[in-house]
Amino acid sequence: MANSTTAEHAVIRRDISKFKWTMMQMKQHKVAYLMIAPFFILFFIFTVVPVLLSIILSFTTFNMLEWPTLVYADNYIRLFLDDEIFLIAVKNTLMFAIITGPASYLLSLFFAWFINELRPKIRAVVTLLFYAPSISGNVYLIWTIIFSSDQYGYANALLMKFNIIQKPILWFQDEKYIFTLVVLVALWTSLGTSFLTFIAGFQVVDKSLYEAGAVDGVKNRWQELWFITLPTMRPQMMLGAILAITQSFGFGAVITALVGFPSPNYCVHTIMHHLEDYGNQRFEMGYASAIATILFFMMIGSNLLVTKILRKVGS
Amino acid sequence: MARLRSKVKQPKEQFKRSVTRSVGGDIGIYIILAIFGVIMVLPLVYAIAQSLKPLDELWVFPPRFFVVNPTFKNFTDLFKLMGDSWVPFSRYIFNTAFISVVGTAGNVLFSAYAAYAIAKVPFPGRNFLFKIVVYSLMFNSTVTGITNFLTMSALGWVDTYFAVIVPAFCTTFGLYLMKQFMETSVTDAVLESARLDGASENKIFWKIAMPMVKPAWITLIIFAFKDLWNSGANMYIYSEQLKTFNYAISQLVTSGISRSGVSSAATVVMMIVPILVFVITQSNVIETMSASGMKD
Repeated sequence: MANSTTAEHAVIRRDISKFKWTMMQMKQHKVAYLMIAPFFILFFIFTVVPVLLSIILSFTTFNMLEWPTLVYADNYIRLFLDDEIFLIAVKNTLMFAIITGPASYLLSLFFAWFINELRPKIRAVVTLLFYAPSISGNVYLIWTIIFSSDQYGYANALLMKFNIIQKPILWFQDEKYIFTLVVLVALWTSLGTSFLTFIAGFQVVDKSLYEAGAVDGVKNRWQELWFITLPTMRPQMMLGAILAITQSFGFGAVITALVGFPSPNYCVHTIMHHLEDYGNQRFEMGYASAIATILFFMMIGSNLLVTKILRKVGS
Repeated sequence: MARLRSKVKQPKEQFKRSVTRSVGGDIGIYIILAIFGVIMVLPLVYAIAQSLKPLDELWVFPPRFFVVNPTFKNFTDLFKLMGDSWVPFSRYIFNTAFISVVGTAGNVLFSAYAAYAIAKVPFPGRNFLFKIVVYSLMFNSTVTGITNFLTMSALGWVDTYFAVIVPAFCTTFGLYLMKQFMETSVTDAVLESARLDGASENKIFWKIAMPMVKPAWITLIIFAFKDLWNSGANMYIYSEQLKTFNYAISQLVTSGISRSGVSSAATVVMMIVPILVFVITQSNVIETMSASGMKD
């Protein structure tokens, strides 16, 4: 298993074909394949194959009892031309992602920046305060008690006490309020892993850069952030963006827990709800696969787009 | 490693007032953090306050935010209520503990092995595999739910622990974190000399790499544990006796305002564990995340 030196490699590399070289390398490192095997076998079974399979199934109808029959693009045609609720779901999903994605990203970044200005001991406490809602399981259900629809709900009681409203508002049943409330609760739970990534990112910026910057005429903390910190933190910002975007497409379960399913007049019906409806309740697997495929490309597409833009910003 | 530590756990030198820090700015930051800190924490405090309120305080109008005569009655009621349920309460706790422990252990072991090989053994195909892992961070499990259901039925895993635990072994974010951290904190020189001494890769992994990346696997344990602990209703599980603690509690919480004291107690029980775990391990987590950035 002892590695040969690079000089030897170079000689051998020139003498044999690329294929042979690769085979030789594979043989030399065959223990590595044993090490990755457990993870990647499961990863392919539960992540890679499902994506490919659902793309294939999306061109069929399949009810889990009979063998799938090929229907070409019928599912997609039906989704976009015949399924009004799906179009509502697409609109809601995009609205949700466009609001919560960037908002959560910016909140995480700025709070992390502010927290980084604190002394280390306080910093640890404040980090916990901001991070706690996102790890505390279904604690967001407390919002249904705060915004409960009777006068014992805290929000209603407060508004009635100051005579702003006369009778209780049905917060999570009234289309006027649901979307805003759900966005707020989602944002409240969204300072998660990307927030921690930023906290850590701020801490590893080389302090001598700041001193050099101060000498070079950086006058205030905004300039310091813009010219020194953010460029150094670009790797963290990239990861944070991906996590925030992926998260912004994944609030379906929170919505269901707060509002129920289906939501009044489908006002917060997202693609995820549509998928669950057809996949887990009606067992129209072909149709559901088409929905999953569209969701997949929406997520990948927006991630690739945003990371591409971010890469340009830095350079 | 030592170098990285010293970078993360900083000395105080930063807090000499520098030319770039105005007093006004400092005050502004404190005010913003204070306001938003209160907004973040109030609902959690409210949950705790609700859980300690006796019945008459829960139904007082106008509602009071804080508790006047705290009582643990809601907690004892919670455990009594769950003791009376058809499936014993202890079964839900056992399920959650079992799933969390086994799932986390497998996840850390599988990810660490794969991450070590990808980060430190130059085998052909490793860049390709890592690229797929990065792409898989870009979508969530909603996309794979339908076909995974088919896979589970084909394997005969529906309504067994396998359906919950085995997919948890291969979380891509875990592998990603481990690999990034191994790359920065396991030095090649040490590995090379171990290899020259004839140590097997497996031995190097256990004796050299794993001790060096302790913060990374502690972090992974927390993330994996948190996800599994919080996992609620699972679409592959039908039997009541296989359901989780979180599921049982959600049923209680959503069962209406009449049980708002008990359900708040349940929420508190649920949230306390992940928060405590994070408090204990925070510095490890931050250290790990500092190496997690995505280098194009």
